[in-house]
Amino acid sequence: MNEPHDHHHAHAAGHRHPPQADHDDTLTYYRRLEIAVRELLIEKGIITAGEVSKVIEDIESRSPEGGARVVARAWSDPKFRELLLRDATSALTSMGFELALFLDTQLVIVENTPDVHNVVVCTLCSCYPRMLLGLPPAWYKSRAYRARVVSEPRAVLREFGLELWDRVAVRVHDSTADLRYLVLPMRPPRTEHMSEAELTALVTRDSMIGTAVCRAPS
Amino acid sequence: MHGYHDLGGTPAGPIEKEQHEVQLWEKRVEALLLLMKRRQIQSSDENRRALESLGAEVYHALTYSERRILALSNNLISKGVFSVEELAAKLKQVEHRKNQLP
Repeated sequence: MNEPHDHHHAHAAGHRHPPQADHDDTLTYYRRLEIAVRELLIEKGIITAGEVSKVIEDIESRSPEGGARVVARAWSDPKFRELLLRDATSALTSMGFELALFLDTQLVIVENTPDVHNVVVCTLCSCYPRMLLGLPPAWYKSRAYRARVVSEPRAVLREFGLELWDRVAVRVHDSTADLRYLVLPMRPPRTEHMSEAELTALVTRDSMIGTAVCRAPS
Repeated sequence: MHGYHDLGGTPAGPIEKEQHEVQLWEKRVEALLLLMKRRQIQSSDENRRALESLGAEVYHALTYSERRILALSNNLISKGVFSVEELAAKLKQVEHRKNQLP
């Protein structure tokens, strides 16, 4: 059960890790707090243990593969792509995603082109298109990413190994609880022969956040 | 004036890109937040408001899931879902159970 280094935060000044990393089997105050809050809610009949398990299953069932299927469909079907950019909820429900996922938040798909590269952040907290990508990676929630990507996006992208031509405009989209963004990356060259399923495999999580681009297999 | 949670454009160091596995207890925190929203006990905005009321020091010292469960707990107390005393007693019970483990 020893999972080394499970912190989900930027290393802010003044906060240093203890010499012993925080393991999953150590019951810290906040883990006890989660247990206590959950048990009180169950005892009071507000939720059931079964509901908690069901929601965790739902969370675990969502991964970037959902978003990748959407991108591959948009690359393969121009009508779908047009609808996706105009009305993402209609496009996604037409693919079989549950409407309930989109009821309390608007999803906007931003399209990369040869002239424009899009990047997504949430400077205020960690809003993220979870319905299509699952839980956000630790760096997305980190202080450093949230602070810097809006003021020096090109430097941040370079840290991710992505160097863009100067003529490409970089647009940074700051998400909120009510409005989330997903990047529609560009289809890599020399993939004309590939099926939708093959294309799905080329679409990475980071390409849909905007910190990477999709590449054809070499 | 910027709130301490409003990080856009503030100075910060390099981005750590190593993967961190999301742990089960952290998924349970997310599940509780979602269920409270579904029950209309706490909206996302109310949770955010509670996060933004923790104070800069606490906000930056805690991990993501730690501050989310603390914010939820504070809101549930202020809404009267449970009392500080009930929570304290339950925390003691959880601590006691831990000590019973082999």
